[in-house]
Amino acid sequence: MKARVVVTLKNGVLDPQGKAIEGALTSLGVADIASIRQGKVFDIEISAQDPTQAKQNLKIACEKLLANTVIENYSIEI
Amino acid sequence: MKSAIIVFPGSNREGDMARALQQAAQHQPAMVWHAERELPKGTDLVVLPGGFSYGDYLRCGAIAGRAAIMDAVRAHAERGGLVLGVCNGFQILCESGLLPGVLMRNAHLRFVCRMQYLRVEQTNSRFTHKYANRQIIKVCIAHGEGNYEADQTTIDRLEGDGRVAFRYCNAEGVLGGMANPNGSRNDIAGIFSEKKNVLGLMPHPENLIDPLVGGIDGKGLFDSLVCAA
Repeated sequence: MKARVVVTLKNGVLDPQGKAIEGALTSLGVADIASIRQGKVFDIEISAQDPTQAKQNLKIACEKLLANTVIENYSIEI
Repeated sequence: MKSAIIVFPGSNREGDMARALQQAAQHQPAMVWHAERELPKGTDLVVLPGGFSYGDYLRCGAIAGRAAIMDAVRAHAERGGLVLGVCNGFQILCESGLLPGVLMRNAHLRFVCRMQYLRVEQTNSRFTHKYANRQIIKVCIAHGEGNYEADQTTIDRLEGDGRVAFRYCNAEGVLGGMANPNGSRNDIAGIFSEKKNVLGLMPHPENLIDPLVGGIDGKGLFDSLVCAA
């Protein structure tokens, strides 16, 4: 089973890297960029067969390591 | 005072830290590998040194914060034992939950490596009692992720309980503006835990202990620790 975890900064948390990318795209002449927030994507191969169990394990992975929940949100897709 | 320095893959300031502790305490600190599960018996002070543990992968300090030895460090802190985290060590303390908040990318996105003035904000602690209140000290900084951030409730609690240890300032002691090297909230350079037995700070006091290399303003911290134990 394949899963994807997406970790993004919470709203209101300053994202200087996103800001810099935003500025770079604007200076490259890419039109209509209103704002950019940078995040992380984890593609995970899961050996378990049960999606409910897999989701539960991934939630533990996010809470324990993949996301810093002080500043980041996460979402899990299976 | 018996101290133990935790060494992670990618730590690089453990030698400087050992020199500073040896000079102050006349006692060679133990070097403890991160995969150990116990601290040496009778350890008074645990130090998480600077560097780039695990190459700063995922987030600075995130993987080191979950290393095997960290359970022992957490238990030591819960018993009231002293824990000092410098630079990457501060990031590890935040990631492991021993200190609140998080260290984000410097606001201007650049790695800063320079001399930096700090104002000592709290002398009522086992780490800082040898400094004078509001003393301006000159130490060095070297980091890319030192921008301290926490939610407003946490910031209010840190400020209200006198848990801000050091703030960035200029030579005259003025805070803010260009004196803040990374955009850190309230110019925070270092904070204490609730019981003030854990200190995390971004600057490197361990590098300013010898007049030969630019000053001895970092000595106060190590002299404080030796007198406390």
